[in-house]
Amino acid sequence: MGSISLAGVLRAALPAVVFTLLLGSIFWYQPRTVSYFGVDLLLSLAVPVLLASMAQMLLMAIGDLDLSIGSFVSLVTCVSAVILPGRPVLGVLCLLGLVGLYGLVGALIAWRELPSVVVTLGLSFVWLGMAVILLPTPGGTAPAWLATAMHARPVLMPLSLWAAVGVAAVMQWAVMRSAVGTVVRGMGGNPRAVARSGWNLLALRSGVYAAAGALGVLSGLALVGTTTSGDANLAGRYTLLTIASVILGGGEFTGGRISPVGAVLGALTLALASSLLTFLHVPSDWQIGVQGLILIVILALRAGIEAVSARPATA
Amino acid sequence: MAPGPEAVGLSGIAKSFGAVQALRGVDLQVAAGECVAVVGHNGAGKSTLMNVLAGTVTPDAGTMRLAGQAAAFGSRDAGLRFVFQEGSLCPNLSIAENARVMHRDIGGLFWRKRCGAVMTEAVQAVFPGLALSPGRMVGDLPLGVRQAVEIARAFSHTGAPPRTTVLDEPTSSLDGHLAAALLAYIRRYVAQGGSAVFISHKLNEVLAVADRIVVMRDGAVVADAPAASLTRDSLVAAMGHATGHAARAARTTADGPAAVTIGAPATGGPALLARRGEVIGLGGLAGHGQTALLHRILAGDAAIRVEGATALVCGDRVADGVFPLWSIARNMTARALPTLRRGLLLDPAREASLAQDWRTRLGLVTPDVANPILSLSGGNQQKALFARALASDAQVILMDDPMRGVDVGTKRDVYDLIAGEAARGRTFLWYSTEFDELLQCDRVAVFRDGRVTGVLDAASVSEDAVLRLSFAEAAA
Repeated sequence: MGSISLAGVLRAALPAVVFTLLLGSIFWYQPRTVSYFGVDLLLSLAVPVLLASMAQMLLMAIGDLDLSIGSFVSLVTCVSAVILPGRPVLGVLCLLGLVGLYGLVGALIAWRELPSVVVTLGLSFVWLGMAVILLPTPGGTAPAWLATAMHARPVLMPLSLWAAVGVAAVMQWAVMRSAVGTVVRGMGGNPRAVARSGWNLLALRSGVYAAAGALGVLSGLALVGTTTSGDANLAGRYTLLTIASVILGGGEFTGGRISPVGAVLGALTLALASSLLTFLHVPSDWQIGVQGLILIVILALRAGIEAVSARPATA
Repeated sequence: MAPGPEAVGLSGIAKSFGAVQALRGVDLQVAAGECVAVVGHNGAGKSTLMNVLAGTVTPDAGTMRLAGQAAAFGSRDAGLRFVFQEGSLCPNLSIAENARVMHRDIGGLFWRKRCGAVMTEAVQAVFPGLALSPGRMVGDLPLGVRQAVEIARAFSHTGAPPRTTVLDEPTSSLDGHLAAALLAYIRRYVAQGGSAVFISHKLNEVLAVADRIVVMRDGAVVADAPAASLTRDSLVAAMGHATGHAARAARTTADGPAAVTIGAPATGGPALLARRGEVIGLGGLAGHGQTALLHRILAGDAAIRVEGATALVCGDRVADGVFPLWSIARNMTARALPTLRRGLLLDPAREASLAQDWRTRLGLVTPDVANPILSLSGGNQQKALFARALASDAQVILMDDPMRGVDVGTKRDVYDLIAGEAARGRTFLWYSTEFDELLQCDRVAVFRDGRVTGVLDAASVSEDAVLRLSFAEAAA
């Protein structure tokens, strides 16, 4: 028996296969998208989603769930569109403060042993309230440098693909290869074992939340750079979209099983799916339903792989 | 052997949980170059004492010394290692990554490779011949191998070997082969100046490995003597149980109706027939297909015919035994719910009376069956799982090595219960890694590499015969 099972390989390849299939069908249906500009358009809104998915993934790695990431990203867009252009120092301090708040929330959850779902669900309303106070109606202007950066045209591939490759590589290293990432995943698998080896769970959890907050801030900056204005409800759908990306990418709700590369592919898949549906003139009301359908199909495939591989029972 | 300087010392440790006095002023000294065994039945306070040492439980009174120096409770010492009963590995990490969780000093770019090397070396030292790729995910390993990895990790080191190692039921999932390797390693480790605390219910192992044996009962030390001066019987007497238990009397079930017929395709060897009222043992080394066969019986298989309903008593009670959030009563009645219905709903009164009934029959140590299942000690949780299977209408009871980590007293209660239920016509298929338990069976099928290599009847079951069949292929 090899050290890597066939089922494990199939499972890891599934997100890539689905992404390729979807991209292939778009290219076939709309050949004009097979170009730098076409791919740029298809994935124009993918960068903020995939950054937010990384934030969600970090929390899922330790067995938590972030139901506030969508409203948090929206809040960041408001801060970036209202405060950042005129008072950059204050704006940066605000954003750093938000990262710090995330870290404190993690510490609170670890200290009081609270369920993350309940805390982040409550927080989502706090973020939304702050965003509405700051920016009651959509508006504001993204800092010029941010808009320029998000509309840059790098060589070879569009920005979104460069960002996907870069984010996937960095997160794969940080979470799967680095020692700290390994301990963090261990915390998702068996927190008591990690605590018994002398690690401070409160510090670890707080650090993971702060890192997720930082990724959330980056996601908000990328989003406001793309749309060039802020909105308290801009990223409301991100909460479920990010969870879907992580699950699509091979992650699970429990046990610290995640895959950064898979989650990035999952985020790209969902972004492509909505572009494809737009091409097919499917009303946007239906798009979220179709995204759900994709999720169900992929989970069914994954369950199928596991059922088939479990059949020859060799203990 | 001349005892070296004190490695670990505990004095006057007292701890109570609510009204329960778990420890009543316990003293424990372990010298360098000494292996001290701690025995006592479940609930005697052994695990609490070890948790005090590990710093996860803070005692109400008492002092601790490490290497002769006074130490605060909860302070960490790299020279002190633990193998906990319920496992301290992260199942979603590889063997090498689990080593990194413990060895915080292994850093650098190639830490994964170095952790793998440290683990490979440790596994080879403790369990020679057990080959494991350090990249394997711990969750994919069989339970026994997982325990071996955990033990090897406790002994692994990057320079100086651990000064003191505490092992709580380390052999509960190991087969005889791996257990013997561990005992031999502990003796080598102690001879090189290490000290070990060995907690086990397996008295033959305790007598074989320990220099000194400490017997605990009801939260206090009741005996402390060199192992050489003790015998199995004197230990059992000190722990508070009557000594000795004979193999069960042979019964005449030779021509009863068949309950389970396992055809040759399913056993990979001789067909196996279990008649009503028979207790069939499934022996051999751990993880050689016994559990897989039980699961196939449960799942239904073309080559297997079962008369009547089946129920399983799980061995890995944390992973697939207890419902941790449910009460003791709910856990006990889970398998019997269809029989407790009144119309469309459950009848709470009958549910409660069924739970009460089995609580008395099994002598569960708990003030109230409505308490959460996790309030019970490990052995009593296992009793509750037996109650779940036996309280149902199942006529065929499958047992997946259910007695690992269970004290002698509980075992004897359960042996009697099995004999009684078998006499009433129930059939038992009993996978066990303990030879003593196979003596309780009418016949024993021995497994090797997923196949049955032979079936022994009660008269011909001996440790020698079982071992010979367990290594049938290796010998051929």
